Amino acid sequence: MLLAVKSYGSEEIKVSGFIAAEVRIFTQDAKYPGQSDDINYSALWQPEFRLNSGSNQFSFIPFIRKDSEDEERTHADIRELYWRTSKSDWESLVGLNRVFWGVMESRHLVDIINQTDLVEDIDGEEKLGQPMLQFSYFQDWGALELFLLTGFRERTFPGESGRLRTALPVDTGQAIYESSREQGHIDGSARYSHTFGDWDIGGYYFYGTSREPRFQLNTTQDRLVPVYDIINQVGVDAQYTSEAWLWKVESLYREGQGNSFLAVSAGFEYTLYQFAGGQKDLGLLTEYHYDGRDETAAPTIYDHDIFIGVRLAFNDVQDTSVLAGMTIDNSGNERFYNIEAEHRIGENIKAELKIRLFTHGQPGSLISQIEQDDYIQLQLRYYH
Amino acid sequence: MRLSKLNKQVSLGLLVFGLVSVSIADENESRGFDIAARSDRSDIGFKNSKVEMKMILQNSAGKSSTRSLSLKTLEKPNEQVGDKSLIVFETPADINGTALLSHAKILDADNQWLYLPALKRVKRISSANKSGPFVGSEFSFEDFTALELNKFTYKFLRSEKCGEFTCDVVERYPTYDHSGYTKQVSWVDNTHFQVRKVNFYDRRGDLLKTLSLSEYRKYNDSYWRAHKLSMINHQTKKKTDLLYSDYEFGTELSDRSFTKAVLKRVR
Repeated sequence: MLLAVKSYGSEEIKVSGFIAAEVRIFTQDAKYPGQSDDINYSALWQPEFRLNSGSNQFSFIPFIRKDSEDEERTHADIRELYWRTSKSDWESLVGLNRVFWGVMESRHLVDIINQTDLVEDIDGEEKLGQPMLQFSYFQDWGALELFLLTGFRERTFPGESGRLRTALPVDTGQAIYESSREQGHIDGSARYSHTFGDWDIGGYYFYGTSREPRFQLNTTQDRLVPVYDIINQVGVDAQYTSEAWLWKVESLYREGQGNSFLAVSAGFEYTLYQFAGGQKDLGLLTEYHYDGRDETAAPTIYDHDIFIGVRLAFNDVQDTSVLAGMTIDNSGNERFYNIEAEHRIGENIKAELKIRLFTHGQPGSLISQIEQDDYIQLQLRYYH
Repeated sequence: MRLSKLNKQVSLGLLVFGLVSVSIADENESRGFDIAARSDRSDIGFKNSKVEMKMILQNSAGKSSTRSLSLKTLEKPNEQVGDKSLIVFETPADINGTALLSHAKILDADNQWLYLPALKRVKRISSANKSGPFVGSEFSFEDFTALELNKFTYKFLRSEKCGEFTCDVVERYPTYDHSGYTKQVSWVDNTHFQVRKVNFYDRRGDLLKTLSLSEYRKYNDSYWRAHKLSMINHQTKKKTDLLYSDYEFGTELSDRSFTKAVLKRVR
């Protein structure tokens, strides 16, 4: 392999990535029997191998986590393993890759190509590598991207001993698929995106297995079984950028998972640069989430919610930043508090702090099931 | 009667004096513009360039840290259209692959997109942040992006010796919004027409920073490029050095090398 690669040209494989240690401290005792009350220790490794010869690019990014408390959180994945060929007006990609769509900060509504690696983080930003054939075409009128998604990835869920889980643990081994080909169903998507002056817009159509599952009780009524339907979904995202304002909207319409529904997220980010005469920037964020789904679709905490938050960028040599926010449910008053901070130490170490609190859970809701799982997480990453 | 005649003479005198001072001011403005334009135009025709850079940030105690980045530039020969640029960070390792794409405008706000490799997310960002520090350095965003001729008005001050050269000293005033400067004073040598030094004055009119440009080399017999830019902040005593390695000119870069789609494949 290495020889073959070396003979390709004078380019070298670049190795980067990180190794990390993480501790999660839960401030309350577990709500459900079987869940761990202990401090959660983890070790992570994500090496990155890249070869770039200009028009041809190769990437290989494996990932592994060993967790002290939850065997479902101990897992490995291949985040990327692809070959990309690009010319000035097109590119093609074969292999596993991650693709992000959307503009919002507190909910990633329209992002759909990759499955969420939920045991990594509840914020929906950690994703499993998705096998695909991708072709993109770039013209003055915009970018057109076509995806054939060859193989479905199941969402990860905490095990019985894990925190941040539903009252009944999810049994991923019994997942039910609408398609008889199950994980072999080939999904597809087409997306158009372009910049029109101050507007950045995108829109897509997706047909295939829903990344978000519904749940059923298993036959012994002690586990939840994920159900993956075949859906049709259209999604749009747009951002209008003017002065220090970013105005954002995302929307989707999904058909095929219970009753069809529309969901919309909209909001803004306004930044006060050199806030209070210093070097720091203060961003003010407000986002509203509407979701028209009912109980026949996949559950979500974002049905009628408002997120308000602040982002403080220190603009220092260590790239220190803090994001603090609160999501409030309009109907039930449920709250999710989130604080994230990061800071570089020296040239190669990054410290990342996350604090998450869940309060005012309403009986039976998702928040009520994790309301005793408030936690403080510190991760130290060493980049090599 | 006499009074009104005197008045007439005085006002005539004031008018003449006014015209003379206006024309001197005009002359200094157009001379200032000509000097800046000659310097800017000594650069025309490079089409595009690629260069690797090291950024050395030093705090007031002398402690330093280094960032390495690459810069690609696409020239827009029309002075009413801004250049396009792409900056990609290599180190520190945690921001490896982070990229900033800019489509400069002359008087409208620039278009800028940031690529965050951990999320594989392209984010359009506000370009109102002109005066903020660029990645914690003593350079602000506008020091990189506001180098277009028509983003300033000019005034010629004087000529004086500057090292081995004689320099024209030209004041320039930002005409774009959100600048952190009231004025900049630049020293442009009148041998090669290159900028040797710039003093930056903050919003209160106080001297804020001095940029020294050195280690000039000529490429393709045509384009001069400084290989060391030192920015000293007089108010914080912090310093940032930008060290450029070899430039490449006239490469395969085109408009399509400066699109959002390219951000995802910068490494």
